[in-house]
Order: sequence, then C-alpha cells, then structure tokens
Amino acid sequence: MSLQAITWQTVGPFFKIGFSWLYRDNLAEPGVSGERLEIAGRILDGDGKPVPDGIVEIWQANSHGKYAHPDDPQEKPGELGFTGYGRVPTDDAGSFHFTTIKPGRVPGPDGKLQAPHLAVSVFTRGLLRRLVTRIYFPDEPSNAEDFALKLVEPGRRETLIAKRIEGRTGELEWNVKLQGEGETVFFDI
Amino acid sequence: MKKIPGYRRYVPGTQPPHLHPPYVSSIKRAPLQPLVVLPHTLSEITGPLFERDIADVKACDLTRQHSGEPLGERIIVSGRVLDENSRPVPHTLVEIWQANAAGRYFHNIDQHNAPLDPNFIGCGHAVTDSEGRYRFVTIRPGEYPWGNHHNAWRPAHIHFSLFGPAFATRLVTQMYFQGDPLISFDPIFNCTEDEKARNRLISQFDWETTIPSQALGYRFDIVLSGRESTPMETHAHGEKS
Ligand SMILES: [Fe+3]
Repeated sequence: MSLQAITWQTVGPFFKIGFSWLYRDNLAEPGVSGERLEIAGRILDGDGKPVPDGIVEIWQANSHGKYAHPDDPQEKPGELGFTGYGRVPTDDAGSFHFTTIKPGRVPGPDGKLQAPHLAVSVFTRGLLRRLVTRIYFPDEPSNAEDFALKLVEPGRRETLIAKRIEGRTGELEWNVKLQGEGETVFFDI
Repeated sequence: MKKIPGYRRYVPGTQPPHLHPPYVSSIKRAPLQPLVVLPHTLSEITGPLFERDIADVKACDLTRQHSGEPLGERIIVSGRVLDENSRPVPHTLVEIWQANAAGRYFHNIDQHNAPLDPNFIGCGHAVTDSEGRYRFVTIRPGEYPWGNHHNAWRPAHIHFSLFGPAFATRLVTQMYFQGDPLISFDPIFNCTEDEKARNRLISQFDWETTIPSQALGYRFDIVLSGRESTPMETHAHGEKS
C-alpha cells in the first residue's frame, strides 16, 4: 500500500451544471426483461423539509441477477442495452422518480443469495460525502434471509423497503429521511 | 463461489464526518444514527461503466463550448487517476463543474451579484486514458461569497466527480489552488481532520503542463479506493463486458 484515497467534499448547491448531462431516469428501455417498476419518493431533512438540491444514483443488476460489469463472475445472461445505472435529481418539492426493472438476486458474502435490491448513493448540498443506502422490494419473501437487512436493527429495516401504492400497480414509493425520526438506514461501505 | 476481495475502507480521519457544524447545511442533513457497516458484495465491487466515447472531445475544453472565448485566465488542469495500490484507473469518467472567472455559477439559484459569461457554462467531462490520465482546459474559477456565516467566501475551487471501477469507488471532491488565502478559513475544506489528507485537495502549479503564451498548468492527481488484496485474475478495469 502506498497511496491513500482522496478526501470527499460536498457536491454543493450547483451540481446540476456538472451532472445534468448524464441524468438517466429510465433504466429499463424497451426490450429489457423484468418486472417494470416506477419508483418515486422524496428526500427530507431533519425538520421534515424537502431537499430540492439533492441527487440519487442507482446501481443494480438485471432481472437475471447479473451486473453489467467484468468483475461479475456469474454465468448468467447479460442484457444488451441494460447498464444498471440511473441518476435523478430532486425537484423543488424534494421529489425524484425513476423507472427500472426489479433486479434478480445476486450472491452475498456468505455465498447465499441476497434479496433483490438497488444500491443507492444520495448526494445533497450539506452532505460532505455521499450517503449509501439500498432499496429493497415489498412482498419479497427473500428479504427475511437477506444478510444486509439482518445487519440492521429490526425497527429500522422498513426504511430500506419500498412501499406499494394502493391501487397503482407497478408503482413504488421510497423516501430518504436524512435525519431524525424515521431516519433512513445508511451503510458504511 | 470464490471469495471476492472488496475495496479498502477509508483510513480514519482522512474523510469528513457527516455532521460538521461549521458547515451549517450539514446540521439538518447529516444522519445522526450510526452507519451500518456493510461487507462488500458483488453489488459494491461492481459499478457503472461508461462507453469510452461518452465524452466528446469538446467536453474537456470548457473554453471552446461557445462561439466566443470566455473571460478570465485560461488554465490547464490535468493529472492521473490512481488507486491506493498505485495502479492507474483507465477509461473512467471524470466530471467537473465550476464558477466562471467572476465567481458566478451558470445556475438559476446562484444570485451572486457578479456577471455571467455567455461563453462559459463551467461544465466538463472526460474519460481517462489507458494510463489513468485526464486533462481539462478551463478558466481559473473566481472565489465567491456564500451564506454560511458572516463574510463567508469560498476559496477558488473546481468540483470533481469520479466513478472508478466499482460502486465502492465513487467519489465527489473539490480541487483547490495553491496559495489561496481563503483555504484556511473554509469550513468545507477544513471538514477533514487529517491535515495531510486535506492538503491533497490542493492542486500544484506545474511547468511541465504549462503551455507558453497560452495557459498555466495545474496538476491534480486523484486516488480512489483500491482493492483489499490482489484479485486472482487481473481484469482491465473500466472495460465493458
Ligand atoms: Fe462550488
């Protein structure tokens, strides 16, 4: 070991200038297999106020549970046109939304499969470095045996699980509470 | 399945805390619950990769994106992206954004009473070459006031965003300029405890990349997290499968 990773700094309030060229709110172009889902939510601060200057990045596997990446050694089919990457800003109401497919299961550290999840980075003005979290899916039996969910105290696990919206199939709600009551679980990776 | 080596965890003190009260915006936005330590899985050791031609040539020259020349001092910012094992990070995306020479961002919420420059947006991106090198031509950004505390001014800086080979290597930072008197007063620069780590955010003036009669060169090398141990087989990171 000779070098040390460089220090994070906040994205500040003006990141749109640098980030907007690569906004991607649809990860599931036509032809990509899997259950299509629209995921929407808000980023809220410690006072419950919306965060209008935030950004959410998504990283996920395809519906077979395969990442579009050379370090994924699994012999599962990749999918042309599916990169697994999304980047969406919040609007004045702190809201963001993106369309994707439910990913398949990928292996965890114990060799057992993880429950389907999206890896999420949250950036906002005021955050000196990103917050890392995950989105899991409702009515998913494998959540009960997921190693990462088991690391979280039971009372806080629900902050990681998107909710169905009554009467609207294919739509899920998932909010980010940065601080305070109902604070979202963030991971140290 | 064989065990996958993860990426290194940050050395304590070399990264900012989430809550840093001198940076007032962190007070209501930093999580207060302890983070849950997550061992790296396939989800963290893979990450978004982009086509090598995603950044067109014009995107790395911020002075040539409009019909006229922007105002201000033309500079060249270049360097290498390496990992903690001193290996170059090739073909990785680098994004930058910054204020213009007068210290004003091309952004609707920037109300600083300084002129916009119709020939300067302040947005660039580039993909590192096979040796991890990147290079931008831009304008030296101006210092600007902000509302953090009385008479608060940000030192001149350029925002940088990098992906690296994995979700775990994502990085957003800011590059500063040697000798800027505002640096020692800046709560954002000073949020990191380790002085050596802080000082790595300061670019160095560089004769080698300075072009006579054209532009001064500044060097800014960026180190991303490296693998915990050498993987069994070497992959060319950044290449699409
Ligand atoms: Fe800035």
